[in-house]
Amino acid sequence: MQLLMFYIFSLGAVLSATLMVTNIKPVTAAMNLIMTMFFLAGLYVLLDAHLIAALQIIVYAGAIMVLFLFVILLLNIHEKEGETARRKVIIQFGSIAIVGSLFIAMAKLSAIDPLMIKAVDPAFGTTKSVGKLLYTDYLLPFEIASFLLLAAIVGAVILAKRRIDDSE
Amino acid sequence: MVADLIESIVKILFIFGVNIGFFSPILGWVERKQSALMQDRVGANRADIFGYTLIGLFHPIADAIKVLTKEDFIPDGADRLIHTLAPFISLTPAIVAFAVIPFGGQYELFGHRVNLIIADLDVGLLFVFAFASLASFGAVLAGWSSNNNWSFLGGLRASAQMLSYEVVMGLNIIGVIMVYGTLRLSEIGAMQVNFFDWGIFLQPVGFVLFFTCAIAENKRAPFDVAEAESELVAGYFTEYSGLKFVMFWMGEFLEIVTIGGLVTTMFFGAWHLPFVSDQMLLNFFRFAGPNGAAILAILVNIITFFTKVIFFIWLQMTIRWTLPRFRYDQVMRLGWKMFLPIALINIFITGLVILVK
Repeated sequence: MQLLMFYIFSLGAVLSATLMVTNIKPVTAAMNLIMTMFFLAGLYVLLDAHLIAALQIIVYAGAIMVLFLFVILLLNIHEKEGETARRKVIIQFGSIAIVGSLFIAMAKLSAIDPLMIKAVDPAFGTTKSVGKLLYTDYLLPFEIASFLLLAAIVGAVILAKRRIDDSE
Repeated sequence: MVADLIESIVKILFIFGVNIGFFSPILGWVERKQSALMQDRVGANRADIFGYTLIGLFHPIADAIKVLTKEDFIPDGADRLIHTLAPFISLTPAIVAFAVIPFGGQYELFGHRVNLIIADLDVGLLFVFAFASLASFGAVLAGWSSNNNWSFLGGLRASAQMLSYEVVMGLNIIGVIMVYGTLRLSEIGAMQVNFFDWGIFLQPVGFVLFFTCAIAENKRAPFDVAEAESELVAGYFTEYSGLKFVMFWMGEFLEIVTIGGLVTTMFFGAWHLPFVSDQMLLNFFRFAGPNGAAILAILVNIITFFTKVIFFIWLQMTIRWTLPRFRYDQVMRLGWKMFLPIALINIFITGLVILVK
């Protein structure tokens, strides 16, 4: 059952990702990207990482993709831009093949047997355990990341504000 | 295994039946009657079967027939695929979100443990938010794909508004999560056995903010700037007709029910009657035997829960027909300059109180 779900989710993720890069309509491409996010969230659920799955949908599919869509709609990107992308389809598939074979080669070289990886405790992906890890073992990286985000927010506000002042 | 499957199917069918079979047609009628009440009119009372009008209750049936026989119109130059897809995208999240809302406690029934919630997820509240955030795609895509400037403006307004209020709503929820220490909605419900542990007493500011933000998120008056008919014809669904148009309305009505369910679960004791725990119910119905007592207790739970939900539906309807529409900049100012700081202060004070305790 789990294996079947894995195949459905991974096939869906690969398919929608392919559709995303080959589609000439920017909006349809964005919708396909959202689909990819969903299938990835499904894969996270199979890995018992429910929190990551929920965050994947909230942050990527919900927040970031809405902004993507906003930009696409407001800048009124036409299909012309999409066509230049389509011409590079061969390059895209070539690069996918190269990167894929690189990964397989690396996995072979480092001699990690995927069957050797032990199943983790089901409680591993719960909100409680992730939160505990974040606020104990990984407190410093967590604080640094939040500080960077704060700096980015302040920077965005300043950049947006300066433009208004200039126009006056 | 089989018992689990049967339990899940029964629960899913029950919630589907209640939401789609009962609430979504009835709310159309309630909305008409409520508006008539507020505007001193009689309201919907013309549809009749052999002369019986039944205070207008045949109108949902008449509406359904009318909608199904209407032409499904797609405007010239519209993106056909996305124009068709958008109503589904805005309807689905409203239905799915109810899966993590509990409508009763846990009972032993015929040797099988029954948990009255479709999906008891560890990330329950986040799940609701994940799908609420997807609803904005429906509005923005509907507006864009219609190839109509009014629709497009409506869609942009809707998505900007929903994004803004989602931020504040998320910050409100943090107060509730801090108080109850869990994201699991069934646990949040179970913790409100004691009347004075209800969320409304622990998070009064959180309740007011959450309820307001939820109405804004659902784009209903006084926050319905996305479909302001005096400015934008009908906003993002101007170019929709027939069943697709109704799907937007169904999405809105189901979201009203979901908001009612969420508010009940987080702030008003979920399925609990005041001062009555599940164990007391089981003891009270002891005369019916263990299984009969469980069934009766489940019924009491469900009736209590949906009575509270219906109260909050009524409250939303009353607000909808009482307050006039805000201006767009007022909506944005309220969200970012008033609610956001209040929500942050609420988190801070909640943290202080927990620390002192």
